[in-house]
Amino acid sequence: MAKDTVRRARRRLPLEWLGILPFAIFAVLFLILPTMRIVIGAFQTADGSFTFQNMLDLNTPSIVNAYWTSIKLSLITAGLGCAIGFAMAAAVVFGGLPKGVRSPLLTFSGVASNFAGVPLAFAFIATLGPAGLITIWLRTEFGINLRGMGFNLLSFWGLVITYLFFQIPLMILIIIPALDGLKREWREAAAVLGATGAQYWRMVALPILFPSLLGTFALLFANAFGAVATAFALTGPQLNIVPIKLFAQIRGDVLGNPNLGFALAFGMIVITVIANTIYIVLRVRSERWLK
Amino acid sequence: MTRFFAWFALIFGCLYFLLPLVGMTEFSLKMRRGEYSFDAYRRVFEDQRFWDTFGYSLALSAATIVVGVLLVVPTAYWVRLKLPQARPFVEFVTLLPLVIPAIVLVFGYIRLYNTSSVLPLTGSAFGTDFLLTMGYTTLALPYMYRSVDTGLRTIDVATLTEAAQSLGAGWITILARIILPNVMVAVLSGAFLTLAIVLGEFTMAALLNRPAFGPFMQLLGANRAYEPPALAVIAFAITWGCMGLMQLVTRLSKHERAKA
Repeated sequence: MAKDTVRRARRRLPLEWLGILPFAIFAVLFLILPTMRIVIGAFQTADGSFTFQNMLDLNTPSIVNAYWTSIKLSLITAGLGCAIGFAMAAAVVFGGLPKGVRSPLLTFSGVASNFAGVPLAFAFIATLGPAGLITIWLRTEFGINLRGMGFNLLSFWGLVITYLFFQIPLMILIIIPALDGLKREWREAAAVLGATGAQYWRMVALPILFPSLLGTFALLFANAFGAVATAFALTGPQLNIVPIKLFAQIRGDVLGNPNLGFALAFGMIVITVIANTIYIVLRVRSERWLK
Repeated sequence: MTRFFAWFALIFGCLYFLLPLVGMTEFSLKMRRGEYSFDAYRRVFEDQRFWDTFGYSLALSAATIVVGVLLVVPTAYWVRLKLPQARPFVEFVTLLPLVIPAIVLVFGYIRLYNTSSVLPLTGSAFGTDFLLTMGYTTLALPYMYRSVDTGLRTIDVATLTEAAQSLGAGWITILARIILPNVMVAVLSGAFLTLAIVLGEFTMAALLNRPAFGPFMQLLGANRAYEPPALAVIAFAITWGCMGLMQLVTRLSKHERAKA
C-alpha cells in the first residue's frame, strides 16, 4: 500500500507537494532565511562584500573566553545532568523502590524540565543567594559562611547548580523509557552465562543504552549552550558566556561591529550543529549495530 | 545494597529539587519583618503591569497555539496520507528549533524584518507581535509536531479519509471534523506545553521589545527583593497546572478508549 501511494505521488508530483506548501513557506520565512541571514552576515563587511575578517576578529581574549566558559558550562551541566538523572532513573526502574515513586517522579520531571528561565533564577537566589534559605540556615545553625568559603551563586558554579534543575529532569524523562526497554531476558541470559551485575551493565546494558545516553547528552549540551534567560536573570549582563554576550550585542552593539555580532551567532550555530551531528551519526551507527 | 544506593540517589535528588522550591516559597512569605505574610503576593497582584504583561503573554500563547495547530495538523496529516517521501524534510525542519538557539533565531528576525527591509515587520507593534507569534510557533514546533504525529499514528488516516470522501466531504471538512477530533488529545497536550513555554519566555520578547510576562519578571527581579520569589511560586504553579492538564487529557482519553 505504501508503494502504491509513492507511485501515485510521483505521477502527480506538483499537486501533492502543494499540501505542505504552507509549512514550507513558514519554515523558509521563520527558520531557514533568518539562519541564512546570520550565516551570510558573518562573512560580510559592513558594506556587504565578502570577508573572513569577522571570523578572525572573534579571536579576542574576551570572546574566546566567553566561548570557552559556555562550552565548559554546557559540558559540565550535560555530564552531571546525565549522570545524576541516570542514577535517579535507574534507582526507580531497577532499585526495588516502592511502585508509587515512579509516577510522581515522572510528573515532577515534566514540570521541572519546563521550569526554566527567569523564575528558576529567582528560586535559586531565594535558596542559595546571599540571603537565601540554605545560606542563612548554614550560617545560623552551623556557623558556616558560604560566601566566606568562596561560594557565590552568581558565578560559574552557581550557574551549574541552577542549570541542573532543568537538565536532570530532562534526562530522567528521556532515559526512563529506554531503561524500560531493557528486557529482563537479557539480564537473565547474561546471568546464566555467568556474568556478574557489573559485567551485564558494561557488556550488555550500556552498549544498548549508548545511543540514548549520547543523544540525551547532546540534547542537554545544546539546551545549556543556548539558554539565556536563566543566566541573565541570575547574574545580569556580567557573566561572560556567549548567549549573554550575544544578548548584549543585539541590544546595543557592545562589540562596536554589527558583523562581529553575526560571527558570534554563527559560532553558536556551528557548535550546536556539531553537537547534533555527532549525536545523529553515532545513533545511526549504534542502531545498525543493534539490528 | 542496590536498594541502599537507589534510596540514596532518590533522596539526594529529591532534596536537590525540593530545597529551591521550599526556599522560594519561604522567601516570598518573609516580606513583613518577623512573621510570615502574603504581602509580596498582594504587591504583585496590585501591580497593573503584572496583569498587563500576563494578559499579553496569554493572548500570545493562544495565537501561537492556533497558528501551531493550523500549521502542524494539516502538514502531519498530509505527510502521512500522501507524501511519505517528504517525511525526512518535514522532520528535519521540526527539529531545527532544537538545533538553532532561540537567541540566534530572533537575531535573524531582527536583521531580516527590520524597518529598512522588504518586509518591515518590526516597524509596527502589530507586525512585531506577529513576528513574536511566529517565533514562539517555531519554539513549540518540535513538541507540537511530535505530539500530533504520534496521535496520527494511532488512527487509520487512509481509511478515515476514504470513508469521508465517499460521503462527499472536502479536505477542510475532513481535517476539521474527522482528523482534528481524532487527534484532539495530542493537540491539547501540545497546546498545554506551548502555553507553559510561551508564558514565561524571556529572550525573544525582550529582544523584540514587547511587554511580555518574561521581561516583566526579569525587570522585577532586578529591582525588588520579595516579589521575585512570589512570582517564581506563581510561575511554578502555572507550569504545574499546564503539565497537570496535559496528563489529565491523556488519562481521560485512555479511559474512553478502554471503555470503547
